[in-house]
Amino acid sequence: MSPRAQKWLISGPPLGYLLVFFAIPTFIMVLASFRYVGELGGLAPLVGSGTPDELAGLTLESYQRFFEDTIYLELFLKSFLYATVTTLLCLAVAYPLALMIARSDKRWRELLVLLVILPFWSNFLIRVYAWMIILGPQSGFARAVNGVLGTFGAEPIPLLFSPIAVIIGLVYVHLPFMVLPLYVNLEKHDPALLDAAQDLGAKAWQRFWRVTFPLSLPGVYAGAALVFIPALGIFAIPDILGGTDGILIGNVIKQQFLDARDWPFGSVLSMVLTVLAIGFAGLAAWVARRQRL
Amino acid sequence: MKRSSWWLYTAGIAAYLFLYLPLVIVVVFSFNDSRLNAEWVGFTWHWYGVLFNDDQMIEAAWNSLLIGLVTSFISTVLGTLAGYAMYRYRLRLLPVLVLTPIAIPEILMGVSLLIFFVMINLTLGMVSIVLSHIAFCIGFVAIVVRSRLTGLDESLTEAARDLGATPWEAFRLVTLPLIMPGIVAGALMAFTLSIDDFVITFFTAGPDSVTLPLQIYSMIKIAVTPEVNAVSTLLMLLTLVLIVIATRLAPGAVRGE
Repeated sequence: MSPRAQKWLISGPPLGYLLVFFAIPTFIMVLASFRYVGELGGLAPLVGSGTPDELAGLTLESYQRFFEDTIYLELFLKSFLYATVTTLLCLAVAYPLALMIARSDKRWRELLVLLVILPFWSNFLIRVYAWMIILGPQSGFARAVNGVLGTFGAEPIPLLFSPIAVIIGLVYVHLPFMVLPLYVNLEKHDPALLDAAQDLGAKAWQRFWRVTFPLSLPGVYAGAALVFIPALGIFAIPDILGGTDGILIGNVIKQQFLDARDWPFGSVLSMVLTVLAIGFAGLAAWVARRQRL
Repeated sequence: MKRSSWWLYTAGIAAYLFLYLPLVIVVVFSFNDSRLNAEWVGFTWHWYGVLFNDDQMIEAAWNSLLIGLVTSFISTVLGTLAGYAMYRYRLRLLPVLVLTPIAIPEILMGVSLLIFFVMINLTLGMVSIVLSHIAFCIGFVAIVVRSRLTGLDESLTEAARDLGATPWEAFRLVTLPLIMPGIVAGALMAFTLSIDDFVITFFTAGPDSVTLPLQIYSMIKIAVTPEVNAVSTLLMLLTLVLIVIATRLAPGAVRGE
């Protein structure tokens, strides 16, 4: 068998599968964003009843609708803010954890890393549900928080079905994605650099801010991309932990596809999300490459 | 060790508590003799009894198991080929197609597959779920297999070839046994990902193909009872067993290295 035939025999099956079940559906979604809605929702059929224009035609109607009504841009902005806050909080929780693992004894590192990943492998819904219990109005935690607030004379606040609950859920679910790239980076740092800084008179916080942190920036960017991008499109967490006004762009996409059944408009929203996701991934890669120069 | 100050340990331990306490609470309340997940009343197996008599839940579990097994088998074959191809050849398109589904928000894959299946007139159900699950599992298997191959000593295959083995024999008798732990770990990973998937299943399932996560979701949305805790506890136990097997077979695989 020629090497060329061999290459196709090996790479052909997965390539073919992913072309059919990933590339083509994505391409169809792009087309769908320029199509009309069908009579019973979904997409207008390519053949059948309807004006010729609706059947074969493409339209910018859904894109116009997106830009005419600011509510959708506002929702993207809101999702962007939630994802940003989530990323920053993940960084704040993950950094000390990753640093602690990287500086602990070599024998323990493997286990400590595994312990970070283990919860990630449990079902996503279970992890969100756990916060439903913790933040629920009758839970010990919610009563304790409101007890403390009460001593300061503040009104009790509902924790569940609030933006706070959504943020906690987002941070909880995405935390491992921040810890791992940070750890992989921090573990490679040469301890001699810190010794040198100390010998030259740097205090603990100076050693951190002027040696450890700048060196860890590639890990920070990688972690930020891994948290920010999935957080941007999430719909289940606001759906379960958020209140009625807690919806994000993912929820609207879900509504357009399953409830309103306006697939062209749902596709437009998905397209914008795709462009943002790829844009941020590219930005993270670009920044990481510049850092290395 | 000497550099880690006390605050670093405090923050680290607090982070571990943040990761584990919620899951511990779910498990503890699955044994609680109360309908409310609020206060400890007393120990009971009651919710496990409810769970095992819940026909809908059991059907969902069977569906999930079947989908997981089929998905795991097919995506392991395709993912191993993809991982081997990415290691062996300089390819441009395949790595992009393998890695993008992992990188983009899951909802995008869910909705595009929904449009696709409706367009080709495939009734949404078990088949559409399996086809979707395979699409996102291939990448994870490919990454595990490729990382296993990267750690491989190239001279072993060369030695086999020098001793007269055909390329296929060299692959089957030398390379394949050496990367087998990676393949098995990839298969377990695909099984776990399939059993746990909610978002993509949510868009590609039909009314007669409810999976365990979909059933859990509707219970969370409509009426929460500690039965959800019981099924969650069993599901976590299953995942834990699979993870332990996977780490034995291929250390590092679980971390997606």
